[in-house]
Amino acid sequence: MTTTKPDRYDVWVMATVAISLAGFVVGLTWIPGIAASDFPTVDWPWVEGLGIDLAFRVDGLSLLFVLLITGVGVPVLGYAAAYASDGAKRRRLCLLLFAFLLAMLGLVTADDLITLFVFWEATTVISYLLIGFDHEREAARRSALQGLLVTAAGGLALLAGLVLLGAEAGTFRLSELPAALADTDPSDLTLSLVLILCGCFTKSAQLPFHFWLPNAMAAPTPVSAYLHSATMVKAGIYLMARVHPVYSDHELWFPVLTVVGAATAVWASIQALRQTDLKLMLAHTTVMALGTLTMFLGSSSPVAVAAAATFIVVHALYKSTLFLVIGVIDRRTGTRDRRLVSGLSSVLPMTAIAAFAGAFSMAGFPPFLGFIGKELKYEGALAIAEEPGLVIVAAVAANAMMVAIALAVSVRSFLGQPSDVDAGTPPPRLMVAVPLFLGLCGLIFGLAPSLIGETIVQPAATAVLGMPAEIKLALWHGVNLPLLLSIVTVVLGIGLYFWLDRITLGLDRIGARLPVSGDRIYDAVLHTTLDGAKRLTSVVQGGRLPVYIGLSFAAVGLALLVGAVGDEAETWSAIRLEPLEPWEIASLALLAVGAALAIAGRRRLTALCGLAAVGVGTTLVFLMHGAVDVAVTQFMVEALIVVFVAAVIPKIPPFESIRRSVRERVARGLLAAFVGLGATLALLRLAPPVDRTITSFYEQMSVPEAFGRNVVNVILVDFRALDTLGEVAVVVIAAFGAFALLRGRRFSRGAE
Amino acid sequence: MEPYLAVVIGLLVAAAVYLMTDRHMVRMLFGVALLGTAVNLVVFVSGDVLRGLPPLIAVDATTPNGEVANALPQALVLTAIVIGFGLFSFALALVFKTAQRFGTADVDQLGAAEPTADSKFSPVDGSKDGAAERKRAA
Repeated sequence: MTTTKPDRYDVWVMATVAISLAGFVVGLTWIPGIAASDFPTVDWPWVEGLGIDLAFRVDGLSLLFVLLITGVGVPVLGYAAAYASDGAKRRRLCLLLFAFLLAMLGLVTADDLITLFVFWEATTVISYLLIGFDHEREAARRSALQGLLVTAAGGLALLAGLVLLGAEAGTFRLSELPAALADTDPSDLTLSLVLILCGCFTKSAQLPFHFWLPNAMAAPTPVSAYLHSATMVKAGIYLMARVHPVYSDHELWFPVLTVVGAATAVWASIQALRQTDLKLMLAHTTVMALGTLTMFLGSSSPVAVAAAATFIVVHALYKSTLFLVIGVIDRRTGTRDRRLVSGLSSVLPMTAIAAFAGAFSMAGFPPFLGFIGKELKYEGALAIAEEPGLVIVAAVAANAMMVAIALAVSVRSFLGQPSDVDAGTPPPRLMVAVPLFLGLCGLIFGLAPSLIGETIVQPAATAVLGMPAEIKLALWHGVNLPLLLSIVTVVLGIGLYFWLDRITLGLDRIGARLPVSGDRIYDAVLHTTLDGAKRLTSVVQGGRLPVYIGLSFAAVGLALLVGAVGDEAETWSAIRLEPLEPWEIASLALLAVGAALAIAGRRRLTALCGLAAVGVGTTLVFLMHGAVDVAVTQFMVEALIVVFVAAVIPKIPPFESIRRSVRERVARGLLAAFVGLGATLALLRLAPPVDRTITSFYEQMSVPEAFGRNVVNVILVDFRALDTLGEVAVVVIAAFGAFALLRGRRFSRGAE
Repeated sequence: MEPYLAVVIGLLVAAAVYLMTDRHMVRMLFGVALLGTAVNLVVFVSGDVLRGLPPLIAVDATTPNGEVANALPQALVLTAIVIGFGLFSFALALVFKTAQRFGTADVDQLGAAEPTADSKFSPVDGSKDGAAERKRAA
């Protein structure tokens, strides 16, 4: 026991809590300034050439998230310290959570698109480490990888979108974007909008990318509570709110966000009813909440935006409470199956209070903050002028299922006959205290909504809308349509609750028959990609030298053809076909016949003769076009090659020792024709006027500077003497190499 | 002359590609030699191809008299020929040694660097299974 106590108060863990708390307090001190439009900013030059800075700016929206991240972060860090079983794990968990907290703070305060992206990716990577925290479990590793791949793929799309947006605006400053883009035609922004939404939808688990989030519940409970409910998944929401002023006039913005958000909310609620694992159930309700937020951000109506801003706070509070409660249940009973646990209030009285506080807020019962959030949601839904019907139906349906689930988590688990599941250990006091604190926050803010209304929600809505918004949160709005809708919701929800087990069974039966699911598509895509990569590798890296060479030549041929074709036709008509002298015909014929012999020669000596004929033909071409020195060299080299090859050839197996299939020969022939054609066409395109500036320099300077009358020789041994020295060195090295190879009869190895 | 040379160079390149994708090492080597020749001709053609008149300067003059062949590509080609010769000779020695050591000139049979399913020789005991060794033992 003495060893665990100091561990809990590990200096690193304490430091993370203290710094986070300090961050929260600093955030609180900013409230009056931001309300007066005095935004704290930091600006460090980073990549000056590209106009990218490490710029940070805290406006109302950022402040909402800063307070949320630190405000939920501090309790969760404390809970994590109590949750972890041993010292090493505790330190790792808390430091990772803290690193995540910092990345998240950077993300929500960044004022530069690229800076924002860097922090965005940082949250993705840290999320990977946290989901896979229990890396001994295969399921955890798979979920971690899945979360990483889905969100990182979205991140790539996001990067492209942000760069496009920055290029279009001419600035990477988020705060300057709306003004810079004021005169831009919205259709120019379509591509960047779609790409940025891809990033947001993957991060915030919208359909059809929703599947990774429930799988991410493989993470330890505090991680689920913090990352996958209160903060990280809200990064997508944050970004959508952040770019709201830029894109809200775009014709795609409203329909895409509304439809995707509504579909996600309803689908996720149905999925949530299917679950029997309490944690998974909550995970699906998180997806539902994210869908609702997306739906509301589609609108530009102040009430809808205010509803979204309020609901961010409401959701963060009740969802972290409930996740942490379930962590306590899990620890105490050893199970999270909602069918097995009941009557826990006798063993976990304090946790029961927290659970009821969280659940009632989630269900939207007065006087909890959730009630205000829900009223505002209905008001916002009614205010969405374009499509109030769809939004209201989706909101009521999703909320009714929320009520049922809230009752299942609280009433079902904590009231009634005590269950005999008792496989766990009593949880540490801190683990009980934290959810209680968060749950009571929901109650306090519900009773005194002005604590967050004008201080946090109003500046946030102002920042999103780009104009001052007047928002008053109140418990009692009088008898109006939202209140009626609330009553309908509660009645529906209670009905659903009593039918819950049957609904679960029925949904499970339907769900099992669904032909596609996000998870299966993910698996299929992953497998196809890996399989395709393997196949591609086995083709291009098959270990066969002829294939490597062939592929390289295919690329060369393609480049030559692309370079030669596709230009204006005049260059082709400029080709002049002069009559040839007989000796010219002879040299060309020697080249062609030699090439043919080299290919067709079945015997080694015949092919060698072909090679020699090509050499002589080349010599003739050089000789007859004023290149005497070159011709002499070529001839000598050719003679030496013939001698060398002839000396060696008898000791090498004949050509016939290798059987070549017809198919192989045809393929090689086609490739050869392709590359040869490319070479010819590219050469024909060489325009006749040759720039002789350098040549005439050599011609002028040959005698006065180098005292030589053979210009070619002077170039080689005087002007470019170092080149020639290098050339000589190459030949000498080659000679030494060949000598070393041929000297011994064979390499000695091992016992020999 | 250039258009005709372009066609012939195309033929040489085609022959070189065909030979270099062969499995016999000597034929591959011939392909390398042909490709070298073809490229030298390309460099040569990219200057002007003029009949006669090498770039020489008369004893009583300081510059070449009249229109002479382009000296620059000639110098480059000359260097290239010599380097190509060095490359060819060394490669020939390598091919010879390899054929001696493994008893085959088929590159597909030389699995030492990247063993494939059908390669006879593995990197570890390559020399021990070689035909030369077998011949010696017999």
